Amino acid sequence: MIVTQNLSKRFDDFLAVDGVTLTVGAGEVLALLGPNGAGKTTTIRMLTSVLPPWRGWAQVAGYDVVKQASKVRASVGILTEQHGLYARMPAGEYLDFFGQLYGLPAAARKKNVGRMLEKFGLLSYRNHRIGEFSKGMRQKLALARALLHDPPVLLLDEPTSAMDPESARLVRDSIHALRSAERTIVICTHNLSEAEELADRIAIIRRGRIIVLGSPSDLKQKLLGPPEFEVRLGSTLNGQKPQLPQGIIVTTQGANWLRYQSSQPEQLNPQVLRALLAQDFPVISLQEVVKSLEQVYLQAINMPDEIESEMEALDVR
Amino acid sequence: MLDSFRVALIVTKREVRDQFRDWRIIIPILVLTILFPALMNFTAKQAVGFIQRYGAPMVGERLIPFLLMIVGFFPISVSLVIALESFVGEKERHSIEPLLSSPLNDWQLYVGKLLASILPSLMASYLGIAVYLVGIFHQVGWTPEIVLLVQILALTTVQALVMVSGAVVVSTQTTSIRAANLLASFIIIPMTFLIQGESVVMFWANYNVLWWAIFGQIIIAGLLVRTGISHFNREELLSWELDTLNLRWGWRVFWTAFSGQARSPFDWYRREIPPTLKRLGLPILLVAASLMAGLYLGTAQIERFALPAGAIKIENLKEGFVKGLEAIRFVSVGSVPIVWLHNLRALVLATFLGIFSFGVLGLIVVMFPLVIIGYFTAAVAQAGISPWLFLTAFVLPHGLLEIPAMILAGAAILRLGATLAAPAQGRTIGEAWLYALADWCKVMIALVIPLLLGAAAIEVLATPRLALLIFRN
Repeated sequence: MIVTQNLSKRFDDFLAVDGVTLTVGAGEVLALLGPNGAGKTTTIRMLTSVLPPWRGWAQVAGYDVVKQASKVRASVGILTEQHGLYARMPAGEYLDFFGQLYGLPAAARKKNVGRMLEKFGLLSYRNHRIGEFSKGMRQKLALARALLHDPPVLLLDEPTSAMDPESARLVRDSIHALRSAERTIVICTHNLSEAEELADRIAIIRRGRIIVLGSPSDLKQKLLGPPEFEVRLGSTLNGQKPQLPQGIIVTTQGANWLRYQSSQPEQLNPQVLRALLAQDFPVISLQEVVKSLEQVYLQAINMPDEIESEMEALDVR
Repeated sequence: MLDSFRVALIVTKREVRDQFRDWRIIIPILVLTILFPALMNFTAKQAVGFIQRYGAPMVGERLIPFLLMIVGFFPISVSLVIALESFVGEKERHSIEPLLSSPLNDWQLYVGKLLASILPSLMASYLGIAVYLVGIFHQVGWTPEIVLLVQILALTTVQALVMVSGAVVVSTQTTSIRAANLLASFIIIPMTFLIQGESVVMFWANYNVLWWAIFGQIIIAGLLVRTGISHFNREELLSWELDTLNLRWGWRVFWTAFSGQARSPFDWYRREIPPTLKRLGLPILLVAASLMAGLYLGTAQIERFALPAGAIKIENLKEGFVKGLEAIRFVSVGSVPIVWLHNLRALVLATFLGIFSFGVLGLIVVMFPLVIIGYFTAAVAQAGISPWLFLTAFVLPHGLLEIPAMILAGAAILRLGATLAAPAQGRTIGEAWLYALADWCKVMIALVIPLLLGAAAIEVLATPRLALLIFRN
C-alpha cells in the first residue's frame, strides 16, 4: 500500500529526509518515532503529495506521489500536526465541505458526516462553531475529517496530542477499530506506549534516516539484547553465586534476587528453576523483566553513527 | 473542465460564506455600498448646484460620471485585504495543510480563492453603483449612456481582477500577513496612479480611452493570474517560516547558473553560451519580429506626422540631420566609449523597466530606435532620397553588430521579465528569476557588450566616412 525507495527531501542546504526505504502493507500499522525535526512530518507530507521528493520515489495506494498527486491525495486520509480547522464554521458544515472536496455525493456526505460526528461524540455539537470547541474536540473533529471519505491509507500525525486521557483512549480505540485487511495506517507520535499499543511495526527516524525498523518485540531483542528474567527468592543469597545451566548469563544480583538473560527461555527457564530448587534456594517467583519501548527508543536515538552504519551493513533493520 | 471548475467553486463558496460570518468584512462593505454612494449623491448634487451658479455646468456634468467610477472602485478595495490574506492567512492560522492535502489541483485551489476574494466586493461594488445611479437620477435626473455604464462596470471588474490577482500572488509568496501587507504597496501605488489617470480621462470626457485602460488591465490581470498559478507551490506555502533575504544562497544559485561547469573563460564560452542561446530561441524570434514591427510602425507614422518640406538636410551631417531637430543625428559625434556607454545605459534602463513589466516595457525601449529609424527612412524617401542609400550609409555599417546585440539583449530582458509569469518547472520563483538573470548576464557579457563595443567603434570611425562618401557622390 505504501512503498518508498530512497525517498529524500532537501530544503536548501538541509537534508530533512535521507533515503527512506520502506514498505507498509495493507492491514499494517506503522509507527514513525523520532525526535522533533527528525523528518517524520516531512516524510508524511511527501506521502501525501504535498511535498515533492528531492530524490527517490514513493507509491501510495498504487499511485506515484509525483505523477499522480491528486489520486494519492484522494486515497489518503491525513491528520495533520496542526489540526487546521476553520474556527467560524460549524462542525457539520466543515466536514461537509471536506466531503465535497473529496468528491463524496450529497447522500454519502450526509450519512458519513453524521456517522463521524456520532463516533467521536460530537453529534450534539454539529451546529456549533469550531472556535467554541476544546482542544480535544478539535482533534477529534480533525480525525473525523481524515476518516470521512473512508481512505485506504491513513496518515496520522500526533493523533492524541492535546487530548485528555479519556479522549485519547477513544481515539486509540477508534484506530484499533480502523484496522482492516485493506487499510494501511502510519502514525507519527511521541507517545511511545501509544505506538507500542497500536503499531505492528515501528520505525525510528534520526536525522532523516530510518535507523531501526521492526516489530516492538524484534526491536527490544535487537537493541536491548535477549529477554531478561528476574528470580525472587524466599531467603538471602548471602553472597553465594547459584550454579545455573550453561547459556545463562547473570546480569545483576541483589540480596534475595538475581536477573539473567536467556535467548531460549522456553528451554532454559525450567532448567534454571530446577537448578535453584536443587540447590535449596526457595524460589518465590520467576518473571520476565519488562523492557519498555522507551528504552529501545533512547538506545536507538543515542546510538553512535558507526553502530548505525554497522546495523545498516548487517541489514539489521 | 466544467466539473473541475465546480470543485474550485466549492472553495469559493466556503470562503464567501466564511467572509459573511466576519463583521469586520461585512461592515465596511455595507458602508461602502449604501452610505458611500449616498454621500457621493449628496456631493454630486451640491457640486452641480455650486458650479451652475458660476456658469460652468460642464464641470458638474463631468463630475457625475467621475463619482460613478469612484463609487464602483471603493468597495473593491476591500477585496485587496481579503486577497492579501487568502493563502498566507490560512498559513498563519495553520488551516492550509488539510486543504493542500486534499485532491484539489493547484489551479482549482488558486482560482477558488481568487474568486472568493473578488466576488463579494465586486457584488458590493455593482450594488453601490446601482444605489448611486438611483440616487443621482432622483436628485438631478442624470442617467448614464449605456456605453459609459458598460465601461464603468468593465473598468470596476478589471480593476478588481488586477488588484486581487496581484494580491493573491503576494499572498502565495509571503510567509506572514504582515509581510503581505507591506508588499501590498506594490499594488496600491500603481493602482493609485491608474485611478488618477482614469480620473483625468473622466474629466477630459474622452471615454474611448477607457477601453484602452480596460484592455491593458485585462492583459495585466491575465499575466498576474498566470504568474500566480505558475508559481503556486504547496511546498513553499508549508515550508517557509521566515521571509529572509538569503544573499549567500542567492549568489550561489546565480553563480552556479552563470558559470555552469566551465573551467576557464574559453570553456565557459564553449559550454555555456550555445545552450543559453538555445533557451532564448523563442524570445529571440519574438524580439526580432518586434523590431521589424517597430520599423514598420515608424515608417507608418510619416503619414500622420509628416516633416515639412526641406526639413531633411544632408549638406552638413555633423550639425544634425533634421532642421529644427538638430539633436537627432545619424552620424555620431561622440567618442567610442561614449557611444558604447550610451547604448549600454539604454539597455540597463530597458532591463530595469522589463523586470517590472513582464518584459513588455523593456521590449518597447529596445524597439524604440527601430521606430525612429523607420520614421526617418520614410521621411528621407518622402524627401526624394533613396531609403536604401540612407540605410546603407547611416544604419547598416554599425547596425550589422548593433541590431543583433539589441535582439539578443531584448530576448534576455524579455525572458527575465516573463520569468515571473512562466511555469517555474520545479524551481521557486526566486530560483527561476536568478536563472533568468544568469542567462541575461551571460548574454550581456559574452555577446552584447562586445558587439556594442564593435558597433560603437564602427559608428564613430567608419559610418560617418561612409555616409559622407555616399552622399558626397
